[in-house]
Amino acid sequence: MREIKCDVAIIGAGPAGLAAALSAKEHGAKDVLVIDRDTDSGGILQQCIHAGFGLSYFHKEMTGPEYAAVFREKCDQEGIRFLFDTMVTEVRSAREIICSSTEQGLVKVYTGASILAMGCRERTRQNLRIPGTRPSGIFTAGTAQRLINRQNEMVGKSVVILGSGDIGMIMARRMSLEGAKVKAVVEIMPYLAGLTRNKVQCLDDFGIPLMLSHTVTRIMGHKRIEGVYIAEVDDQKQPIPSTEEYISCDTLLLSVGLIPENELTKGAGISTNAVTNGPEVDQRMQTVMPGLFACGNVVHVNDLADNVSIESELAGKYAAMYAAGTLPEAKAQLNVIAGEGVRYVCPHHVAVTDEEAVIRLYFRVSEPGRKTILKARSGKKEIAAREVRRVSPGEMDHIDIHTQDLTGDDVVICAEGVK
Amino acid sequence: MIHTDIVIIGAGAVGTAIARELSKYKVDVVVVDKRDDVGGDASKSNSSIICTGYDCPPGSLETAICRSSRMLADQTVKELEIPFNVCGAIMPAINEEQMNILKDIYDDAYKNEIFDVDVVSGKQLLDMEPELNPETIGGLYIPREAVIDNFLFVVAQAENAAENGVQFLLRNEVKDIQVENGKVKAVITDKETIQTKYVINAAGLFCDAIAEMVGECDFVVKPRKGQFFILDKNTNCQINHIIYPIPTPTSRGKLLLKTIHGNILCGPTAEDLEDKEDHSVTAEELAGIETDCKKLVPNINFSDAITQFAGLRPNRIPAGFHIGFGKTEGYFGISGVRSTGISCSLGISRYVVKKLQEGGVKLERNFDFNPYRKAIPRFSEATDEERDALIQKDPKYARVICRCETVTEGEIVEALHRPVPPTTLDGIKRRLRAGMGRCQGGFCSPKVIDIIARELNVPPESVDKNVPGSYILTGISRQEGGDHHA
Amino acid sequence: MTRKNIICTVCPMGCNITVKADGSEIISIEGNECKRGEIYARDEFTCPTRTLTSSVLVTNAKEPLLPVRTEKPVPKAKFGECMEIIKATTVHAPIKIHQVIIHDLAGTGVNLIATCSRDV
Repeated sequence: MREIKCDVAIIGAGPAGLAAALSAKEHGAKDVLVIDRDTDSGGILQQCIHAGFGLSYFHKEMTGPEYAAVFREKCDQEGIRFLFDTMVTEVRSAREIICSSTEQGLVKVYTGASILAMGCRERTRQNLRIPGTRPSGIFTAGTAQRLINRQNEMVGKSVVILGSGDIGMIMARRMSLEGAKVKAVVEIMPYLAGLTRNKVQCLDDFGIPLMLSHTVTRIMGHKRIEGVYIAEVDDQKQPIPSTEEYISCDTLLLSVGLIPENELTKGAGISTNAVTNGPEVDQRMQTVMPGLFACGNVVHVNDLADNVSIESELAGKYAAMYAAGTLPEAKAQLNVIAGEGVRYVCPHHVAVTDEEAVIRLYFRVSEPGRKTILKARSGKKEIAAREVRRVSPGEMDHIDIHTQDLTGDDVVICAEGVK
Repeated sequence: MIHTDIVIIGAGAVGTAIARELSKYKVDVVVVDKRDDVGGDASKSNSSIICTGYDCPPGSLETAICRSSRMLADQTVKELEIPFNVCGAIMPAINEEQMNILKDIYDDAYKNEIFDVDVVSGKQLLDMEPELNPETIGGLYIPREAVIDNFLFVVAQAENAAENGVQFLLRNEVKDIQVENGKVKAVITDKETIQTKYVINAAGLFCDAIAEMVGECDFVVKPRKGQFFILDKNTNCQINHIIYPIPTPTSRGKLLLKTIHGNILCGPTAEDLEDKEDHSVTAEELAGIETDCKKLVPNINFSDAITQFAGLRPNRIPAGFHIGFGKTEGYFGISGVRSTGISCSLGISRYVVKKLQEGGVKLERNFDFNPYRKAIPRFSEATDEERDALIQKDPKYARVICRCETVTEGEIVEALHRPVPPTTLDGIKRRLRAGMGRCQGGFCSPKVIDIIARELNVPPESVDKNVPGSYILTGISRQEGGDHHA
Repeated sequence: MTRKNIICTVCPMGCNITVKADGSEIISIEGNECKRGEIYARDEFTCPTRTLTSSVLVTNAKEPLLPVRTEKPVPKAKFGECMEIIKATTVHAPIKIHQVIIHDLAGTGVNLIATCSRDV
């Protein structure tokens, strides 16, 4: 088995891995190695050929491949090493990774610190337990996106999309532009799952009906899918049988949520959070295993790649410090708790150190709301508050807290004005 | 026109086992099946158990066959390198009434000469299986009940039969059996005419329609649907034995087990239907599996379900194993193998060959028969040294295509060049598990389609999910020959 | 008088803006929380434009497709025409990111550019 040494090893060359790599380099790691199973960097950005990236990070609108290219170019200038066509099969510890490379065979990487940046996967028809037959023609939206945008393959002509997540809406537009008929986007919740911008530009622009509080109740067809039954759902999200109607289609796309990809994390003996489905991290993006960091959608599913980049820079910075032996030691650890109106907060913990810093806590609310007051408490003390005009579970919010305000009690985040 | 000695209709567990058994003799055998792949219907969608026969009807042919099949399995899985785990089964009871039912089952097991079945205490059962319902007061332990990779079980036998000269004609639907002067003459499919002396009807769910072709159908076969859940390997609540419920007079009930690949399986339901194509899963029946299985293992977590599926058992009316020659010369029928097809197939194959000989078929031993079949080397199960060696030999073994089950391109390419190769996405999935994990092929299926197309030299659009007509892609979206060249 | 409801996409607020007009002449714009919303609504009402993203066939490269976009937003009404040209276009690697693939796409005065490099 070949052996490679580096200061910081990063698993995944998507938006998280690239930003983490650059930041690690910037913060003193000499030898940064990025490992990816694809033949090039960018990860899922390569199939996201639509615009909408970079608005907050670069203050201009870019497509996925362009967003990736900016990071990649900087990586190349900085002399960051890439190992492509290589699958990490095991994270043995924060300092030892095993991977399988077409060019080099089995490789053992010895590193000063590691960063998990594997991204996420899509929820499936089976996760939702949609009843009916099991024909062909049922795709997750991201799989269809890959086939159309990278492999030059069309997946159908007459389409129903379940779930109003961003990828689903973006695929509604893509399928329409490619000449397919998108008959409906069906969403079980009474509100949109993705960004409003996408509803306007992907559905309204093409006259595609959005059916809120509806779901697919049965899949029909023995060989290729022939149609679906859809029905309105009640308050308990149970289909109302009298509202069931049939829509014929040859394709069903699912955009029903993403799940952090944590095979390797679990293999390393790290458990995942029940709400975020990723490893728990502190404000430095360090997992419970010292020296093992995680960032991007492997930790929690972000709404925008821009947020992934910002968060991943933290992971890169602190991993570089860990590798150099300069990471401030945590004197205590506080939990960050999702309070009223909040579904989850990331990071999950605050490591109390001598470092004075502003900590940005990302979170998602549990229900949509307007004129909402976002608050952070440390024990009984309010340590941050701000009012926002609108919140939605489909869009992440954040609140900044200062380390010097922490009381030693757990930090609770609330969104007042949300059910 | 093809000429052969024996045509076997149906490439499920039974047909394939017979094919392999016959390949030990100097006789020409052709297996036809309308499906895209071997594995049939009931044979690929079931609980994957090889039974001992402890609960078969005492004194029946089924019991004798099932018992001998279980013995044959030990040797067959070694010869053919089929994943097999003798995990043992338990049947727990939570009250005296249930204990009384167990007593009858225990008595039947002894009548069936399955003497290793034992009555054990509740404490013993809870020690063996800590997640069991804590109210368990006692139960049965059936130590030789086993789980197998039921699909590879069929594939491995087909591959070995093919290596020993059997011809497989897939995607060939039998339309008629030609009979002349009371004697079988040919089997006619939608693509071929096969002249033959003998026909063995191993068509399972459709064996009544085949029997009808020679006018020998004094029975009907109705589908009995079984729905199942498969849970993620990582689910917290784990079990290690097959856990059987106490059977009712009408059904053996819904069981739990850990499959040969480490997933928890729960099911099946038992729904009597008319439609032999109805493989749908339904919300009500799936909910019933949840309720029933939680009675046995209360903490089982169905939110970790990664898939649900349904199989159709061929329910013969009237019931019972019926194996033997018919009135038409050369016609040999097999029917009534309802839910023990996987369990009984090896025994059936021996029994069928003996019956053929008794019926005057001249079968001379082929001493060149090679009983061994090498499994595809599995990257996920290999040690670091073995992995390194595989990659050195073929770099495609480094390229992981299915990340959930860690299946490499090397394995997929190998599978596509085997005897009786798969041609579909599901064919690859069933052989290698690519697409069987928690993302259900979301990540790997576009890549697997490309590999199949490349290796078989066909356009990607022609790669089906499984049966003909289950196309996945509808064509390429950008074609050369446009008038704009930049 | 006509009314048109527009959801603003400038920021995540997603204001519901109502534009009242007499023919093509805008009489009032209401519902926007900021000035940017007014500009957006005015543009949306008179001539809605979008950046069109797609892909063209590329030969001589490792991947079959080259992702592309319009350099500036183009009128929504021209999407169909633009797509027909895009679908009929083949380019040859190597291609550099932001290289012009088609000048003046469908008479919009806007170029179609590559959003990715493609090596041979």
